[in-house]
Amino acid sequence: MFGSGAMTNSIGDLGYADVTIIIGSNTSETHPVISMEIIKAVKAGKKKLIVIDPRNIMMADFAEVSLNQRPGTDVAVLSGMMHWIIKKGLYDREFVETRTEGFKELKKVVAAYTPAHVEKISGVPAAKIKKAAELYAGAARANILYAMGITQHVTGTDNVRSVANLASLTGNLGIPGGGVNPLRGQNNVQGACDMGALPNVYTGYQKVADEGVRHKMEAAWGVELPEAPGLVSTEMVRKRSEGGVRAMYIMGENPMVSDPDLNHAGEVLKNLEFLVVQDIFLTETAELADVVLPGLTFAEKDGTFTNTERRVQRVRRAVEGPGEAREDWRITCDIATAMGYPMEYGHVSEIKAEICSLTPSYTGISWERIEEKGIQWPCPTPEHPGTPILHVGQCARGKAKFMPVEFKEPAEKPDRQYPLVLTTGRILTHFHTGSMTRRCKALDELVPRAEAEFSPHDAKRYRIKDGDMVELTTRRGSIDVTATVTEKANPGVVFMPFHFAESAANVLTGGALDPVAKTPEYKVSAVKVKKKPSK
Amino acid sequence: MSEKIKLTIDGKKCAGRPGRTILEVARENDIWIPTLCFDERLEPYGACRICLVEVKGAGGLLPACAAEITPDMVVKTSSKRVDSIRRTVIELLLSDHPADCMTCESTGSCALQDLAYRYGIKESSFKGEAHSYHLADDNPVIERDPDKCILCGRCARICDEVVGPGVLGFVGRGFDATVSPPYDRLLEESPCLFCGQCVSTCPVGALTSKLSEGAGRPWELESTDTICPYCGVGCTLRLWTRDNKVVNVTAPMDKGVNRGNLCVKGRFGFQFIDSPDRLKHPLVRGKDGRLRKTTWNKAISLVAERLSETRDKHGADSVGGLASARCTNEENYLFQKFMRAVVGTNNVDHCARL
Repeated sequence: MFGSGAMTNSIGDLGYADVTIIIGSNTSETHPVISMEIIKAVKAGKKKLIVIDPRNIMMADFAEVSLNQRPGTDVAVLSGMMHWIIKKGLYDREFVETRTEGFKELKKVVAAYTPAHVEKISGVPAAKIKKAAELYAGAARANILYAMGITQHVTGTDNVRSVANLASLTGNLGIPGGGVNPLRGQNNVQGACDMGALPNVYTGYQKVADEGVRHKMEAAWGVELPEAPGLVSTEMVRKRSEGGVRAMYIMGENPMVSDPDLNHAGEVLKNLEFLVVQDIFLTETAELADVVLPGLTFAEKDGTFTNTERRVQRVRRAVEGPGEAREDWRITCDIATAMGYPMEYGHVSEIKAEICSLTPSYTGISWERIEEKGIQWPCPTPEHPGTPILHVGQCARGKAKFMPVEFKEPAEKPDRQYPLVLTTGRILTHFHTGSMTRRCKALDELVPRAEAEFSPHDAKRYRIKDGDMVELTTRRGSIDVTATVTEKANPGVVFMPFHFAESAANVLTGGALDPVAKTPEYKVSAVKVKKKPSK
Repeated sequence: MSEKIKLTIDGKKCAGRPGRTILEVARENDIWIPTLCFDERLEPYGACRICLVEVKGAGGLLPACAAEITPDMVVKTSSKRVDSIRRTVIELLLSDHPADCMTCESTGSCALQDLAYRYGIKESSFKGEAHSYHLADDNPVIERDPDKCILCGRCARICDEVVGPGVLGFVGRGFDATVSPPYDRLLEESPCLFCGQCVSTCPVGALTSKLSEGAGRPWELESTDTICPYCGVGCTLRLWTRDNKVVNVTAPMDKGVNRGNLCVKGRFGFQFIDSPDRLKHPLVRGKDGRLRKTTWNKAISLVAERLSETRDKHGADSVGGLASARCTNEENYLFQKFMRAVVGTNNVDHCARL
């Protein structure tokens, strides 16, 4: 609606907002250092916090208002807030008139979402929706932080649009302490996207379908390039009859823990005609490979990462890697060369220079310039200072366009057979598929196993005690996991982390995808629980 | 922007914006003022009295960390009076502080040791009772030694002001005061997040990292600044290495988006780097279905051959590639270039949505 998936603002300016909304982000566990920026400002009396999350996460302890919505009802809650803001005349009229289009349509759609109606859908008391709306709209500078709690739904795109609608409605775009700020989950997930490790774009989100761009790349790379956008990962890892691929090259990813519906994914990966995995450990995915190639960790190589605020920063070698393990880029070069396309670079900075030459938003971010301090894209020229805040004065596409959306239910609702909602995510001490953190002795000692969180209400109902082993079952499969009873969980919703291969949460999650972004609905699965007999 | 305030520190003409403290302006001008309870990540506290300076016309001495600059201020950071107070502060602290610097983890990075050395204090002239606590913290990352605590409150304040849970606080009064979780519990029995922010701010050896115990003195280690391998915040890490091994991780105060702050993974999550599980050789699956060591040449030719074969037989779109949100930009760039230009497909993605 006004750009691409990255923070519009900077980490350094999060503190400036008078009001911050955190929705679908367990910030103190998934982005702890950003949570410190927020908490510091709240504790100093400089900020008020609104937390919207199905769980009573730690950030809610610091919130002025905390809303526990039923998982998957974010569009309704955000529409309820917009409804109230419009009704009370609290929106930024000047901004809406001069910087946006489509306000009428938005107003029409949110008209039905009265706080009372939204309470029925989401379970959030109408009074809280009103209070949150007034607090956010009443602030001179307010920002919104979100993460996978917004995107990992079949309505993920709708959720993001609702967040953006809310920010535009209140004129919180292009100002310090404002903006829409997705918190990206991995060290270089922003960079991997920026570099075109996506099926529809080259570097800097230049579309493969754009003939001009394609010709530029063809000239630079000296080959003819395919026109049609490719498959996303969950489409590749499908049976051949469903359009899946025959051979895969996987570098530093572990779909055998991170993909949805693991039983299905495992079957597909096992049946590939050829699988090559390049990694630092023999991960669950590497165990299935025909060839395994040893790469290096971040501490053993030079290069750059791009963080969630679009800042390109230098990564530096501190130690030598073990045995014959090699820098991942050298491995890729060797395979390319062996396939008849000579790929040779003497130093990683030469690759960086090639990126700059082909990527308008990275043009000015040269290897030399970021020696001391990283630069935020877009940075179109060698003199450009970088861009700490996007959409100042004007959005990337001109005017911000309101994209009104109607609330839709998640793909799977609890029923008699599967009466609870399972929602998955991360915990503080571990990371993604656990391949790194589970091999850190200290971290694994701090949190040695997965725990499924039950509310005291559900624990009583299913006669579960803290520490009991339970079996969780969805329509995809079953896993055993230790139960923990906590006030953090609300009745009807079970949370568990996906880091633990031995209690792999993704055996349970479904294959339903957001139709646009193709993100799996990790945040809502219907689940049943059975207490395991004690051994 | 408001006009800068002009002042003089130790005869040097300085300037700073209204609201800046004497300490901040002094540091900007490379003028040293000792501190113990000060940490730029925290609100000024003004408790330890080691940063007292003389200000002409102010009557008494002012704590440089808390006193804001005023127009035409004349500051002296060292004088007979100031130095005498500082000596007293240091001697008082040393009177109840173990003299085990030779084995203390913080030797070389201890503010109290540095001050005692700077002011030439070999022994405290205050004799009295000294503490001897025994703690059985069982957690794997943070070592607490209350005997060495100087009660500056930095750990308690960072846990409250910055991290949030406020696990550490003063317990007891007077001579019996210590810093601990409520009711003298252990860290593992408290809501501690084990971020080690307390370790990062402790000016002495009362809070140290168990992971770097005995790993080397600061001057024996090399340091490299890089970026954290975990979440997308992109914190700057300082990796401390010795004999090709990362032995400690800290965060520089003056660099990066995190400015000295880190979480449990960033600070204590480095042991995977030299895990015995690391892959050291290429592996290839044999006829018996087992993965076996092979040479790079063989591995690369096999991969090239099999990918080419699938592509030639079934078309480029029968091959898919997953790049990595863990790898560098340069590696991701080359990976997608490889899939597009060499294999000939746009089937390239990574776990951005997962």
